[in-house]
Amino acid sequence: MNTLDRAIGRSTEQTFATNKVIKNTYMLLSATLIFSGMMAMLSLYLAVPMWTYTVSVIVAMLMGMFVLPRTADSAAGLGVIFAITGLMGFGLGAVISLYLQLPNGPQTVGLALGGTGIIFLGLSGYALSSRRDFSFMGGFIFAGMMVMMVAVLANIFLQIPALQLAIASGFILLMSGFILFQTSQMVHGGETNYIHATYGLYLSIFNIFISLLQILGIFGGDD
Amino acid sequence: MNIWLQIGSAVVVVLMLVFLYPAAKHWLQNGPKAEKGDWQAAAIPLLLVVGFVILLIMMVR
Repeated sequence: MNTLDRAIGRSTEQTFATNKVIKNTYMLLSATLIFSGMMAMLSLYLAVPMWTYTVSVIVAMLMGMFVLPRTADSAAGLGVIFAITGLMGFGLGAVISLYLQLPNGPQTVGLALGGTGIIFLGLSGYALSSRRDFSFMGGFIFAGMMVMMVAVLANIFLQIPALQLAIASGFILLMSGFILFQTSQMVHGGETNYIHATYGLYLSIFNIFISLLQILGIFGGDD
Repeated sequence: MNIWLQIGSAVVVVLMLVFLYPAAKHWLQNGPKAEKGDWQAAAIPLLLVVGFVILLIMMVR
């Protein structure tokens, strides 16, 4: 086999591996979103109290930091990702039920849900179809996330509505950038584990939805 | 929010900062630098997202 044949063989192999990661990621993401939605409906039906959201997110984040990295390369990782997304969905039900009680609540929830879907599909579709490499955004996104986390930490205790609005707006922008970054990482072979990729995209969708709910809830409320 | 939930949330956020720091450091030091037109290609969809969110806000007001 000459050099050209080997190069073509390797390139075909890489393309096949990349397409497999993309296909598996979107299939797993769809399944986790459906499961998450079902868990949200269950918690809505059970009318769980608001603290369920905080507890669910705390447990899910701890699992995402300590359990998922150890299991992501095995079949157990699938169970873990469903547990994390199921927990987050269950917690989301408590938040949705709170927003549904507001004036224009159903409209706010519907717009946040539809808006999140349009933002995700639009950005992911753009990154997939343009095939641009957005890995140059990595430093900006991770540094931005750290700044946002410091703001979140401060607002846990300060609870300033204006800061909450700024955090929600910042999260929408950062998570939108992260969708471009993560999708291009999958396309260009920077992310080869579909469980990690699904987790990243799920968190982006979750954060965009929660942030949109907060923003629309604030602006949609009676003056 | 209950004080224990606040403390629990704060602990998780601090842990996330600890986990994010190496990734941020790695991407800032070793990440590829943007070439001409790269930021423009990223800024256009992000500005569209901003416009879309403003449209959603106008719809609920």
